[in-house]
Amino acid sequence: MKQPDAERLLLSGDEAIALGAWHCGVSLGAGYPGTPSTEILESFSELGGRAQWSPNEKVALEVTLGAAFGGARALATMKHVGLNVASDPLFTAAYTGVSGGLVIVSADDPGMASSQNEQDNRRYAQASGIPMLEPADSQEAYDFTFAAFEISERWKIPVLLRVTTRVCHSYTVVRPREAKAAPPSPAFHRDIKGRVMIPAYARLAHRKLRLKLAEMQEWNETSPLNSVVQGAGGLGLITSGISFMHAREAAPDATILKLGFTHPLPMRKIGQFVQGVRRCVVLEEGDPYLVEALRGAGLEVEGKAEMYRFGELDVARVRRILSHDLSPEAPSPAGKPPQLCEACQYRIVFDSLRQQDCIVAGDIGCYTLGVLEPFEAIDSCVCMGASLGVGLGLRHVLPPAQARRVVSVIGDSTFVHSGISGLVEMVYNPPVTGHVLIILDNSTTAMTGHQEHPATGRKLDHEPTHKLVLEELVRALGVPRVHVVEPRAGSDEFDRLLSECLRSGQLAVIIARRPCILIAKQLKQYEPARGECPAVLSSQAQ
Amino acid sequence: MNKVTNIVLAGLGGQGVLKGTDILADVALRAGFDVKKSEIKGMSQRGGSVTGDVRFGERVFSPMVPAGETDFLLVLEPTQVAPNQHRLRPGGVLITPAAVCPDALPHKRTLNVALLGALSAQLPLPEELWLASLRAAFDETFFEGNKKAFLIGRHGKHQENPGE
Repeated sequence: MKQPDAERLLLSGDEAIALGAWHCGVSLGAGYPGTPSTEILESFSELGGRAQWSPNEKVALEVTLGAAFGGARALATMKHVGLNVASDPLFTAAYTGVSGGLVIVSADDPGMASSQNEQDNRRYAQASGIPMLEPADSQEAYDFTFAAFEISERWKIPVLLRVTTRVCHSYTVVRPREAKAAPPSPAFHRDIKGRVMIPAYARLAHRKLRLKLAEMQEWNETSPLNSVVQGAGGLGLITSGISFMHAREAAPDATILKLGFTHPLPMRKIGQFVQGVRRCVVLEEGDPYLVEALRGAGLEVEGKAEMYRFGELDVARVRRILSHDLSPEAPSPAGKPPQLCEACQYRIVFDSLRQQDCIVAGDIGCYTLGVLEPFEAIDSCVCMGASLGVGLGLRHVLPPAQARRVVSVIGDSTFVHSGISGLVEMVYNPPVTGHVLIILDNSTTAMTGHQEHPATGRKLDHEPTHKLVLEELVRALGVPRVHVVEPRAGSDEFDRLLSECLRSGQLAVIIARRPCILIAKQLKQYEPARGECPAVLSSQAQ
Repeated sequence: MNKVTNIVLAGLGGQGVLKGTDILADVALRAGFDVKKSEIKGMSQRGGSVTGDVRFGERVFSPMVPAGETDFLLVLEPTQVAPNQHRLRPGGVLITPAAVCPDALPHKRTLNVALLGALSAQLPLPEELWLASLRAAFDETFFEGNKKAFLIGRHGKHQENPGE
């Protein structure tokens, strides 16, 4: 981040949220890396904030919830699919509320620049009953962070700050303001009925939540977070988030209702707007969240054709929506797809998997690129940690000759995120043919830009902390065969080990360990005392 | 009239496309314009195609250069011309590595800066702001090399028209 004190800054949406959180006096930020949310906590840490990576998003949300129970301002960050993992605490945190301030950033990825789906997390605000703000650029990302904490503290409720890839990763001008007054010092105040969600107390809490939502909806009717751009003609547009920017450019004469506070919606304000224009079109990326809500309230508005539900909107697509253009869109010429780096150790692993004709339950990370040519050696990729469960399910039902070829493949960070419970399942309900799990341990969270995790032994800011030793954990869970091997070009060691494990019919875990080549230089800086390479060079088995 | 200048940089992961958009956007910011810069990170960084959009003017709305409205397309890798050429507006300017003589560059890594130099000759942004931005964008020890590369691009043969 550049020059935090300059008057006009060019910041990404992520950096703007971080700066907003810093100026709001956030005591603790926690999250799990995920494009396009990752840079929020990294920037917050660089500014001097206390930021930490959690093993996964559920833990991150719980840690920040605890901080907010204690009266602090706390920030949880994650990508859209991360909120699925954190959805369990989310729904009940809406009931418990908070004592301090809690803002949850969900960074959605319409168009799937780097994700496995394009789910629309505005649905989560509605489903869980928490308020939601949607900034359209970096200035709003900064300002709405302030607003989110104000709403959170005023109504004692977590707030969803919902951003998208284009808001997170576009750089736009930000004028910072004066820092917000610090919250009162954290202190514990016992509130058993408000915090302990046994049914008797949760029933009360649910009613309280609905009252808060009704109050917030009323406040939202005149909230400055929504605004109208007065145009010339009879065309009215209702938008939120980045769609507003495309709309302003595609239809410069339209009158636009820009919604910033999108749950609970200011229905009277919207109704008045609809009445005041001749034609009213709702422009929103992804799901018809606004259209459905408005039509549900009896408002006659136009939505977009189904073909525009897929992918991001842009200026050209907004023009097409407004002119009811349903002709096929020209596909963009294909660029060069990403691939595993030339010297990546995973190439050796995927060569073996391919040569041994394995059925591979894959996972989320760089190594998902093993699905592309020349390897085409991944048969499923669903969500973080799914390689374990999916591989085991295949083993359970396939005919033995096929079942024996099934392998689960997961990265080190992903394994810690949500692979551990899958491994417990493996030893608890072992398939009759055994199973083989390969942990691709490159000592970093590579795909998202090389973040630390519990098994690197370093915190978010790369300072040392307790190191989770994967082979010790795996052995402690009761896996009978545990091997650590360094995949090396010109060596058939990994290939032989894989073959041996597959033939054994036992439960086996192979930790294929070699630090990502892209961080070799950084590792030397982080660990000058530990020598050249922290990899374990000899294979071991027990 | 709110005239917005639209520039797209394209290349492969690791070539300095995003560093190039950083510098360009910073210069426009220093010159007092409204600026937006858009890029897609993630999978694209594993050696795949990378593009970055920079728009500046009195007021910029969408952060993405609309289809067919690119004024300047700056391509760092010849293979990336074909996938991006459609983004140029009619009469838009294509700048490729052919705009600079590779042997003249202090280091082949400075190609992105040299092509920014070629671009700079056609933009209403003062040279001192470019140099200030270059100085801020890299470690001080690289400044002289980058300055040299920038000036080679700025004063060299600097443009090709699409189709030539």
